[in-house]
Amino acid sequence: MTATVTEPRADARPAPVLHGYRFELVKLLSQWRIRLLLLACWIAPAAFVAAVSLQSSLPADTVFGRWMNATGWAGSLVVLDFSCSWALPLLTALVAGDVFAVEDRLGTWRHLLVAVRSPRRIFVAKTLASLTVILLLVAGLAASGIAGGLAAVGDRPLAGLDGHLLGPADAAGTVLLAWACVLAPTLAFAAVGLLGSVALGRSPMGLLMPALLAFALQLAQLLPLPVAVQLAMPSHAFLAWRGLFTSPAQSGPLLLGLAVSLVWAVVATALAYRLFLRRDFTDLTYDGSGRQVLVTAVLPLAALVAVTIGVIGTATPATGSGIDKGKLQDSLATAYAHLYRLQTQELHRPEVTEAQLQATASCDKGGSLVEDEGAGNDWRCVVSWRLPGATAVGNAIYQLDVTADGRYVADGDGPKEVNGYFQVRTPNGDAPNPLWQFDGNVDLLAASTQKD
Amino acid sequence: MEEAPAVRARGITKSFGDVVALDGVDLDVTSGQVHGLVGPNGAGKTTLLGLLLGLAVADSGRLEILGTPVGRTLAVPDGVAGFVDGPGLYPSLTARQNLSALAALRRYDAGRTSGVDEALEQVGLTDVADDRVRGFSLGMRQRLGLAAALLTTPRLLVLDEPANGLDPAGKHHVHRVITELAANGTAVVLSSHRMDDLAALCSDVTILATGRVVFSGPLSKLAAESGELDYRLLTSDPAAAHRLAAETPGLRVVPGRDPGQRTDAAVVVRGPVEALDDLVVRLVGAGVALRELGPVVTPLEAAFLALTGTGTVSARNDQEDPR
Ligand SMILES: Nc1ncnc2c1ncn2[C@@H]1O[C@H](COP(=O)(O)OP(=O)(O)OP(=O)(O)O)[C@@H](O)[C@H]1O
Ligand SMILES: [Mg+2]
Repeated sequence: MTATVTEPRADARPAPVLHGYRFELVKLLSQWRIRLLLLACWIAPAAFVAAVSLQSSLPADTVFGRWMNATGWAGSLVVLDFSCSWALPLLTALVAGDVFAVEDRLGTWRHLLVAVRSPRRIFVAKTLASLTVILLLVAGLAASGIAGGLAAVGDRPLAGLDGHLLGPADAAGTVLLAWACVLAPTLAFAAVGLLGSVALGRSPMGLLMPALLAFALQLAQLLPLPVAVQLAMPSHAFLAWRGLFTSPAQSGPLLLGLAVSLVWAVVATALAYRLFLRRDFTDLTYDGSGRQVLVTAVLPLAALVAVTIGVIGTATPATGSGIDKGKLQDSLATAYAHLYRLQTQELHRPEVTEAQLQATASCDKGGSLVEDEGAGNDWRCVVSWRLPGATAVGNAIYQLDVTADGRYVADGDGPKEVNGYFQVRTPNGDAPNPLWQFDGNVDLLAASTQKD
Repeated sequence: MEEAPAVRARGITKSFGDVVALDGVDLDVTSGQVHGLVGPNGAGKTTLLGLLLGLAVADSGRLEILGTPVGRTLAVPDGVAGFVDGPGLYPSLTARQNLSALAALRRYDAGRTSGVDEALEQVGLTDVADDRVRGFSLGMRQRLGLAAALLTTPRLLVLDEPANGLDPAGKHHVHRVITELAANGTAVVLSSHRMDDLAALCSDVTILATGRVVFSGPLSKLAAESGELDYRLLTSDPAAAHRLAAETPGLRVVPGRDPGQRTDAAVVVRGPVEALDDLVVRLVGAGVALRELGPVVTPLEAAFLALTGTGTVSARNDQEDPR
């Protein structure tokens, strides 16, 4: 091993990938931007969760937000939901979107090539190093949010998106699994960042590529797109993790979302790799391949979307918006029964089981003139249930605001003593009536259960 | 074993689109030689040095480096070090970190930091070893770039304008390092726009103009090729010196272009060295004291200007214009 130092080799071998990787990591971690990001990711979520959990006004428009002072696990999920919409795309943009471009800005390509002697290895080292930093950032977000919640509120059971209670161990496992799942779309965005960084050189557009993509996808989510199109987006897994919090888990959209994300990650990385090996490093004025980017980067990804839509459209039962009357009725009735049981316990009434309640729901969207299908805030449902020993059937009315991604917020509309706003004394302090307002999630991919 | 030349290039041609950066360039550098590369801006110096580092390949021609034919990019043998267009340094790392990272990449034992410290000391940067490169001046960067090249104990060192931005102390360090390396058998190829630096450092020079070699060989030969030079004389009696110079056969008094020059009482003459010797004898004979005598431009500079056809200072000698 040591003898090779004195013995000159005829043809210099490239530097080992491990050395290149370490060098790239040192370079990344020496940047103030990255250090600040790391610090923020490891501290800010804890501070945010701890501060918000101890307040009375909670971020109820984020899933699990309304449970933040009931259990420490909800805080991390609020952080997760927020990260999925903005933080993760931006983090990947700032890290992966710059690893290649930074050498263009510093004019160090030639230096690096002479030192490493293999563009392939440079690519691998840079990709792995940025991946490592991104993993560190995501781990920070997850750990910090969990730590903040557990410290401020404690390790208590978590109500899922269908109202069923997850015991502390279950909650912990599912929260960690959810964070693990969003790594896939994060990798997809990171790969797009790499592609932007390679394709656009020192122009800041490369840095913006994942952020722009995230923005475009966010806009698309607001539109009532067919479910096949929604599921074909690389960002769908950023939403689909919510399906882990129902029983049984809504694994269809999640698995599909993970697969689509991973395909994106692989395809975008491969495109970046091809583009990188083709570029001319002797040209110092390289400002990206300009119009070529369209052909080598954007078009293949657009084609990928088209193919994915086609595959999902034909290979899965996904049709229309994926949201219909039957699915909503089932979901609402299930959630109602679980939460009714929770309310009974909190009010110290005699125990009932979900089976005894026999809850059913009947929903209608926008009156008789509108088709009962799709997202909207004009869904109105009546839940009926029975109490053991009583002959009368209870009825409760809910207004549902359903978004295109399958999430809905049910808002109790009477009778007041069932689903109105009042405080309930729980062992952990006062909390709003669990039947007053709650979140739910319908499985966009499930076969329709509509019977009529 | 017969030692192969450090660089052997034959008929190297390299174009960038329509621009012919190198046009049939030959270059020979033996080990232990400091070889200067000069030429006007855009002559192709950086392009040629880039080929030596393996950053690009020639469109045609043969290139052998340290005895190994080079056919594709980044395939130059071990033992070649250097930089073109400025040293590549990472501003967020310290000087020491920059060097250690490089040493690790080139598989030199990263734990053995003495190499790094030695290199830093050789270029006189020990005091700022743990400062971030962000705050370094141009000259400090150049020196650090040289230190980076030293880490790998090169047998061929390629430097693009290493004297750029150096203060006298920095220049001293760099010159000493280069001279020492050459004394130990390393071949050094460097480009520069500073003729005095080249004259002080190089044994051989190659002059490029628009991608073609217009001269290649030892410095002494170049000085001879430069033909008649302008010399500046400072005497105790300018008027007498002026008259004596005009009377000396073979010498011509060059009229002062700059009226300001008249006041320092210098006389500028042009002619062969023998005629100049004659003038000195005459001056002394006439009781005129000679205080200073020297060429207005160095022979190298004169040759450069003449060969590249860029200057007019003393370029109107009998050299053919390369264009
Ligand atoms: N990557 C490139 N793409 C296009 N043209 C190039 C490229 N590199 C060099 N050239 C052209 O090749 C010619 C030689 O350039 P080069 O940089 O080698 O000159 P130089 O002698 O180093 O000049 P200077 O003294 O200014 O550093 C110039 O006309 C330049 O425009
Ligand atoms: Mg140059």
